[in-house]
Amino acid sequence: MSNIPAGLETLHYTFAGRIAAGTFPPVLVGVVGSGNLEVLLEPAAGSNCDIRIETSARGFGAIWEAVVRDFHQRHPLAGVRVSVNDMGATPAVVSLRLDQAVSELAP
Amino acid sequence: MTARIAISYAECSARERLSHLVDPDSFHEWLPPAERVTSPHLAQLGVPSSFDDGVAIGRATLAGRRVFVAAQEGEFMGGGVGEVHGAKLVGLLRRALQDRPDAVLLLAESGGVRLHEANAGLIAVSEVMRALLDARAAGIAVIVLIGGRNGCFGGMGIVARCADRVVMSDMGRLAMSGPEVIEASHGVDEFDSRDRALVWRTTGGKHRWLTGDCDVLVEDEVAAFRDAAIDALDAATAVTLASLEAEHALLAGRLRLLPEAVDGDEAVALWTSLGIADAAHVPDLDVDAVRALRAA
Repeated sequence: MSNIPAGLETLHYTFAGRIAAGTFPPVLVGVVGSGNLEVLLEPAAGSNCDIRIETSARGFGAIWEAVVRDFHQRHPLAGVRVSVNDMGATPAVVSLRLDQAVSELAP
Repeated sequence: MTARIAISYAECSARERLSHLVDPDSFHEWLPPAERVTSPHLAQLGVPSSFDDGVAIGRATLAGRRVFVAAQEGEFMGGGVGEVHGAKLVGLLRRALQDRPDAVLLLAESGGVRLHEANAGLIAVSEVMRALLDARAAGIAVIVLIGGRNGCFGGMGIVARCADRVVMSDMGRLAMSGPEVIEASHGVDEFDSRDRALVWRTTGGKHRWLTGDCDVLVEDEVAAFRDAAIDALDAATAVTLASLEAEHALLAGRLRLLPEAVDGDEAVALWTSLGIADAAHVPDLDVDAVRALRAA
């Protein structure tokens, strides 16, 4: 039996960014549906990339960390806040959604 | 000449529908996702929230005219109306009383009340109905568009039928109890929710068109919904005792049409009673052909 309590799991990661995202209107991609997630990208003060995740699938912290670390290597954004509401999306879907959100930033 | 690429309304998300339906870049959202006005209930149940609680609301222009719009996201909790979701719809309709847009468009896609939020959701839906009727009473047209994959059921089905005009695609579905609910409460012999043809015969856009429950039947294309919405901008009709009695007469008449015991398919029997020749072939017809059946 799992010793992971029921409920949502909240994960939080912070990376030092290199490429300033500047100011932009908030970007929302994806939907909180089964196997899917929504990603909200907002400008933030400072030079960090702050990633906060709420997920219904508990106990996958190590995988989330690998996925967001990968993301930050692809897009080392500075001064952004990334907020995720997840309903059991697979790592590949999460990566695609994160990239989709960043692609909406491009002018 | 460039061919217009048809965009399926059913396959779009709520926000994609909005962006294609109203005039380009005219949508201004109220309580956008970044404001994080989310459900106060879902987290306690271990269910993730959505930043917009499954509905986007705001103002826009449609063919240059001022409209208020709401779009429900069917993929989040089946478009279920929770406390915040419902309050956003109510707020939109009440603000219409104050700002007097030409119309309010509801892009409905919902299984009805979000059961996780129980009474809060039920109260929210009843408040939406009241606010909708208040808007109509003030002479503001309320137009409901139904074409999402999750259909429009439960409390939102009632909300839809309170509107001035209902636009549906043949993919759209409109009813009170959904197929699974009927099967769960009355058994699979009464209604087999996995029989997709049966589900569409009894709740789908063609059926609703033939029975008069929807006012416009369109193809599953965003552009077709946009055209129908523009056409409905002046559809406001007064809510009067006479209109209510006419509605009751329509329903009583429909009830009389169906015999006590139906031999064969009930939807086909009803269509036949409505005077449609070769009713058994209705499901095979395209939208144009079905439209012609009611005009005749």
